[in-house]
Amino acid sequence: MSQKKSRGGAAGAGDDAEDLSRSPLQAVLLADSFTLKFRPITLERPKVLLPLVNVPMIDYTLSWLETAGVEEVFVFCCAHAQQVKEHLEDAGWTGQPAAREMAVTAVESHDAISAGDALRVMYGRGVIHGDFILISGDTVSNMSLKDALQEHKDRRKKDPLAVMTMIIKHSKPSILTHQTRLGNDEIVMAIAPETKELLYYEDRADGSHLCVTIDKDILASNPTLQLHNNMEDCYIDICSPEVLSLFTDNFDYQHLRRHFVKGLLVDDIMGYKIYTHEICSSYAARIDNFRSYDAVSKDIIQRWTYPMVPDVLSFGNCHEVKLHRQGIYKASDVTLSHSAQIGANSVIGNATSIGEHCKISNSVIGAGCCIGKNVIIHGSYIWDNVIIEDGCKVSNSLVGDDVHLRAGAIVEPGCILSFKIKVGKNVVVPAYSKVSLLEKPSNEDSDEELEYADTNSGVTDSPPFSSMRSNAGRPAVPSKDDDLGASETGTSGVLGYIWASSDTGTQEDWRQSIAPIPKEKLQEMQHAVSVDDDNGSEEDLNNRQYEQDHDGDSEISVVEDDDYTKFEKEVEETFQRALDGIHEDNLILEINALRLSYSLQHADCAGAVFYSVMRSASVAAQSTNDNLLKTTADALAKWKDLLRNYTKTVDEEMEILLKFEEMCQETTKEFCSLFSKILPYLYDKDVVSEDAILRWAEEKENADEADKVFVKQSDAFIQWLKEAEEEDDDEEE
Amino acid sequence: MPDVQPLVSEFVLKLKRRKVEGSHAVARQTAELLRSVVSQHRMGSTNQAAALADAIRSVGEQLISANPIVGNIVRRVLHIIKEEDISSTAVGIEGLSVTVDSDDEYDSGNDDHPTLSAAVLASHARNALRAPSLQTLLDDIPVSTALSRSASSTGDSDGKTAGDKSLKTRKLKHDVIAAIGDLIEEIDTCYDQISEQAVELIHQNEVILTLGRSRTVKEFLYAAKEKKRSFRVFVAEGSPRYQGHVLAKELVEKGVQTTVITDSAIFAMISRVNMVIVGAHAIMANGGVIAPVGMNMVALAAQKHAVPFVVVAGSHKLCPLYPHNPEVLLNELKSPSDLLDFGEFSNCMNFSTQDGTPLLNVVNPTFDYVPPKLVSLFVTDTGGHSPSYMYRLISEYYSADDLVVQRKSTS
Repeated sequence: MSQKKSRGGAAGAGDDAEDLSRSPLQAVLLADSFTLKFRPITLERPKVLLPLVNVPMIDYTLSWLETAGVEEVFVFCCAHAQQVKEHLEDAGWTGQPAAREMAVTAVESHDAISAGDALRVMYGRGVIHGDFILISGDTVSNMSLKDALQEHKDRRKKDPLAVMTMIIKHSKPSILTHQTRLGNDEIVMAIAPETKELLYYEDRADGSHLCVTIDKDILASNPTLQLHNNMEDCYIDICSPEVLSLFTDNFDYQHLRRHFVKGLLVDDIMGYKIYTHEICSSYAARIDNFRSYDAVSKDIIQRWTYPMVPDVLSFGNCHEVKLHRQGIYKASDVTLSHSAQIGANSVIGNATSIGEHCKISNSVIGAGCCIGKNVIIHGSYIWDNVIIEDGCKVSNSLVGDDVHLRAGAIVEPGCILSFKIKVGKNVVVPAYSKVSLLEKPSNEDSDEELEYADTNSGVTDSPPFSSMRSNAGRPAVPSKDDDLGASETGTSGVLGYIWASSDTGTQEDWRQSIAPIPKEKLQEMQHAVSVDDDNGSEEDLNNRQYEQDHDGDSEISVVEDDDYTKFEKEVEETFQRALDGIHEDNLILEINALRLSYSLQHADCAGAVFYSVMRSASVAAQSTNDNLLKTTADALAKWKDLLRNYTKTVDEEMEILLKFEEMCQETTKEFCSLFSKILPYLYDKDVVSEDAILRWAEEKENADEADKVFVKQSDAFIQWLKEAEEEDDDEEE
Repeated sequence: MPDVQPLVSEFVLKLKRRKVEGSHAVARQTAELLRSVVSQHRMGSTNQAAALADAIRSVGEQLISANPIVGNIVRRVLHIIKEEDISSTAVGIEGLSVTVDSDDEYDSGNDDHPTLSAAVLASHARNALRAPSLQTLLDDIPVSTALSRSASSTGDSDGKTAGDKSLKTRKLKHDVIAAIGDLIEEIDTCYDQISEQAVELIHQNEVILTLGRSRTVKEFLYAAKEKKRSFRVFVAEGSPRYQGHVLAKELVEKGVQTTVITDSAIFAMISRVNMVIVGAHAIMANGGVIAPVGMNMVALAAQKHAVPFVVVAGSHKLCPLYPHNPEVLLNELKSPSDLLDFGEFSNCMNFSTQDGTPLLNVVNPTFDYVPPKLVSLFVTDTGGHSPSYMYRLISEYYSADDLVVQRKSTS
């Protein structure tokens, strides 16, 4: 139209316009998380429609996609598909295509139980023609896709096997908890620094041992690689159409990361590659659990997601929100008592009234809420049309739509009150309770969001905790469990099922709830971390010899498990099984097979088996030295044949000695003082010969002082051996 | 208006997503949009001006809710419609004043707009200060009724000849479109007109200080350079967006002696400066300025050392509002990512280990308010003005009843 226009607004889109002209940019939005983390709320409403700072999550995702220049979005609905479709219609995403630059189509399927299934359905529809963006409907971002898309396309031109670009973001995990601020475990990635190729991905890295296992081939084929534990996966992927067919070919791929990404990384037959794109200044995060719900809400309030902030981006039928000082957002017609105190970083929705002497801080309050006098709300998320009567106290909790808290009710940290719950007068809802009008399904029903076998799932399989549900007409019938304590006045309780109890507080509860982690837990973890640190550094020392050349970009001390340590572990596992009663011959067979598969020497086997034996002894011994000596002797006596099987030459015997020494020094220190006592025993049982012991002593002659500890300890025995040998020699002469 | 609605909503989205930024682009595109709204508007037989104004209002409301800075242009267009309407009526009919009284009484009965009442009162107060002209004399009547009155009287008189009416209809629309065309041209040419005054203000061997990058300032300095003035420019980089770096590059390309300084060095450097020349985001009715963040500091420094503080801005940046409440200040808090790298600070925002209370807050405002007493001179396309004259200038461009852009409920 005008020169200015083309220079201003359209210039950004102009560059990729040519590329896009070939095939419109498409996106697949999964409007289902396929997890149970947001239960019980998700029993009644899909996760993507849950309000995040008073706007349904999916609206953030869709409007980001629109901003990013996506032309066609397929919203994959599964659980509560009808609700999602209705919302899309109401918010003006579907229908009247002329008004929008982006076409939104809902795709419904009821039998999909995982992201993998969803993508297989998408493949079956045959609607995806070119590169597409794969995103979940609970992602908030303001990044520009232009660069990432361009990179992806350029790579594709050069290498058709580059099927996916993952968006990652720099983020520091908490040192204390070994998890990110979003409540998920920290992710360890190995990335080739030049090509940005993703080589290794582990989202369940065992933080407690500070240890990752990387395939040797990766190290061998890449001269440099960077290990990151300070990256956050944004769960935004730019995929090529092949991704869909890959999912169809591998029908067992369920989870996008755990199966698909890891599957591609391990599978070198097809040679598909995944690349990463790091975003710097823009924001992207996925809401995976209640902790991330809290964190992302606060980020939005603090405007990291600009322009996706309440006062700028008003979606559809939302009311105008104004930003006041200290990050307080107020809708236009809020009724606020003069004596009410609204603290920093709070959002108050439309047509909400707040009574006298209320104190509200760090909280989001939805539309149409009615809050009485002297109410204290801290760090909580109150959704729409909630009635809170006088003198209530809500802290660090989530309160769903149409909840009614009667006067004096107290909601303790970490609670989730689902829709239409009524809490009676002066009732205390204990910390980490999850209350819903619906019964907790005893067996996971495939109609609902379903997580495939996942040991780490947030919901335990315990039977419904409280199940006295009152008749619908009679409000507030006592239905709480007896163990909820004396604070309950007894006249009325909570109407609904309580899903989880408070006193035990499973790990997932406090890790992934809205409430901050309790102080004592933090201290526990701090303690645990300091212990772990010691272990970690020792292992590091232990394995340094095997470490190959790589960039030490990562912050944890990374131990590269090479084949030997892996082998050692497997041998130990096999040996454990042997303790349970497998015959010795079979054991030998198994260990030999392992040795062959790892292509190691007999000597390595000897070391590993000895290690296993000693470990079993120390496990049986329960710490006291006398016991230990005894159990060790027993174990050696029992397994001497097995050991002898591997100690055919002096080299192998030497290996055992060296291993023993190493164990004493590093891993199982309790043997330390017993070295000199066990050594003769080994000699007695013919596990090691005197030649080996003498050679070992000789070798240690030249070692530094620290290494000689055990030689000195067993000096007397060695001396005795030497003398005996001389005698032998004499006799021969 | 089904035909323009897609256009409008597209522009609203762009404004909301902050895809259109920079006052010039926003002003121009808004004016263009409103022109197409007018041209697509189907004119009724009666109340044309009011209907047209209503159409503009309804669009304007949407635009302003998306981004309040477009309000100026919407108000300008409303004013244009009124002016054109009045001038055409005034020419067409004699003895208008006779009919006015009777209509006035009739209208005041049902044309009561509580939302506008404050604005009407303000307009009365202001009209007393206006220069006597034909429009302002007519405007002196309660404004909310003025439109419908004049329009209905047009209808009455037009009723006599049908051909005359259709001609009138087309004429009003045509005039309005032409006037908006003029406005767009004015927006485009304001740089040249402002720059013409550069030689009068910048003298040989002077040192000029500016903050950030403003296109108006750039053109102004270019113009002085072209006239063979030799001067030096200090450019404060304008954190956190560092537009000053861009300006410095552009100035050097034109051969201007340029020094880049940090914002925090402004106070140290100000004593060497002969004049501060800056751009503005908006000029308020009291002569105050909404300008990129950091400007108040520059203005205070300039005042302390008695350095003239000159604001250059096109007349489309004149805003008829008073900065008495924070919402009018058009300020906007942007993302903290301009200041901090999220990744580096993400452990400060780990709410799981804190008390659930964010300990780290980042405030990144876009604009500063510079009070009128700190401004020495405004240079607009109509010449130089002192801050106390701004209200007068503004009353020439805007009608007082358009201060609150809200659709009339009764029509």
